[in-house]
Amino acid sequence: MSAGAPERLVAVPVRHYGRWVSAVAVLAGLAAVVYAFSQAEIDYGTTGEFFTADNIVRGAGRTLLISVLAQAIGIALGVVFAVMRLSKNPVTSTVSWCYIWLFRGTPVLVQLLIWYNLALVFPTMFGHPTSDLMTPFVAALLGLGINEGAYMAEIVRAGIASVDEGQTEASQALGMTQGQTLRRVVLPQAMRVIIPPTGNEFINMLKTSSLAYTIQYGELLLSAVSVYTRNLQVIELLFTVSLWYLVLTSVFSIGQYYLERRFARGALRDLPATPLSRVLANLRGGPRI
Amino acid sequence: MSGLMVLAENVHKSFGRVEVLKGIDLEVRRGEVCCLLGPSGSGKSTFLRCINHLEKVDAGRLSVDGKLVGYRQQGDKLYELKERETAQARSEIGMVFQRFNLFPHMTALGNVVEAPIRVKGESKSAAADRARALLDRVGLADKVDAYPAQLSGGQQQRVAIARALAMQPKLMLFDEPTSALDPELVGDVLDVMRGLAEDGMTMVVVTHEMGFAREVGDTVVFMDGGVVVEQGDPKSVINNPQEERTKAFLGKVL
Ligand SMILES: Nc1ncnc2c1ncn2[C@@H]1O[C@H](COP(=O)(O)OP(=O)(O)O)[C@@H](O)[C@H]1O
Ligand SMILES: [Mg+2]
Repeated sequence: MSAGAPERLVAVPVRHYGRWVSAVAVLAGLAAVVYAFSQAEIDYGTTGEFFTADNIVRGAGRTLLISVLAQAIGIALGVVFAVMRLSKNPVTSTVSWCYIWLFRGTPVLVQLLIWYNLALVFPTMFGHPTSDLMTPFVAALLGLGINEGAYMAEIVRAGIASVDEGQTEASQALGMTQGQTLRRVVLPQAMRVIIPPTGNEFINMLKTSSLAYTIQYGELLLSAVSVYTRNLQVIELLFTVSLWYLVLTSVFSIGQYYLERRFARGALRDLPATPLSRVLANLRGGPRI
Repeated sequence: MSGLMVLAENVHKSFGRVEVLKGIDLEVRRGEVCCLLGPSGSGKSTFLRCINHLEKVDAGRLSVDGKLVGYRQQGDKLYELKERETAQARSEIGMVFQRFNLFPHMTALGNVVEAPIRVKGESKSAAADRARALLDRVGLADKVDAYPAQLSGGQQQRVAIARALAMQPKLMLFDEPTSALDPELVGDVLDVMRGLAEDGMTMVVVTHEMGFAREVGDTVVFMDGGVVVEQGDPKSVINNPQEERTKAFLGKVL
């Protein structure tokens, strides 16, 4: 037997000329766009300046607030309607089907306008003028939240359906009721399937909430619009707004990563290292992971 | 109190138009181990699920510990049980599945304490103490904090047995508990079951382990096509079957 390292193979690698050509073409295209914008009459200083302006920051805060609240309503409604949809009672499952059909089948912008203008057909509600109750905030919350519920219902339903029937059986065999089985056994496992699309839904919600500007809710876009109608620096302000949306969506994409990791518990033998823990391990000079 | 734990009289069960159980008669006395044998599709799992209220019986009578399964009798009228009553009845019967069905998002300890806490309202610390003792009894004292995915099949099945025992059941049902296991892991699970039988637990065991049926079983019941073909003392049924269908089946598995 011969010991020692085997002889390394030497071969001429395949040349990927196509890759070089396409890379150059893409870079050239990008350079042209960047050049065009650098030559355009855009005052980038204004974009940066307004990024931290009080009313813009407040608008960003409202965007975050309405998105979180509307998504929370959407998740709550989604769970309720998903369970109704899966119920053996034909009335509840049909009602749920209709809800999903109605709210997924109409544009959310139209729904927002309907909520906001409800005062036209119901002058009073619960003994108060409807226009007092249906503020832009309330209309935006209901419009975005209830619309989101229809999408969440489908996501939650798919999550519940993904859990092995043996789990329900084992839980019931132990004497747990249907409610306990759902809360303790099925939903926690469904989370693994529910969370990734819910994260996407929330990131969409951050952006979709900009539609609330049409019903006078003072979120990020409306704050920018009210600035540029005065100073006429339209593109500058729209860039400020875009930057803010990028910051918000990026932050929550990172959050989503850690959340998904947490709910992978039990599905994997060992959780994969996070990028952060990998960096820290390398800095400490420990074993590379 | 009669000595009967399970009494089935002419039990029928259909799924749609397919009749799966076609009149099962069976008795299991308290403290007895009854082994159910039979080819795949003969209705063994369905019968176990009926005993545990997971399926409703269409015709005939099935009672556990003197109480009808799924119904309450008042006078000569039958009332369907409410969900809570069914859950209560199930909590007194332990069930172990072929594919373990442990809750993958809970540790071994979490699996075992779940039902005592939620169903019986035991305190967390009392439930945990008993769970540790049970996991010790099935030989898994060192796996208390492991998740199911970190355990071998045999270890998972022993956790599943501990989970069922934690409810202090009066009857244990086993549905092919070793069929999904690698051969070298079967013995540990059978040892735990043998220990349970020695402690006097009433058990109905669907199994293809003829050695276990012969040594541990008090009775052996051979099912085929939704009926009981032959039953009796394990040694006589397994060593000296009378019916052709039993002979054919045993010829294949022995
Ligand atoms: N929920 C169900 N719906 C329809 N058919 C079923 C259902 N459960 C079992 N069956 C049928 O009943 C028959 C007996 O099944 P089972 O009780 O699992 O047999 P065994 O456990 O003896 O292999 C099989 O033909 C199976 O397809
Ligand atoms: Mg079976």
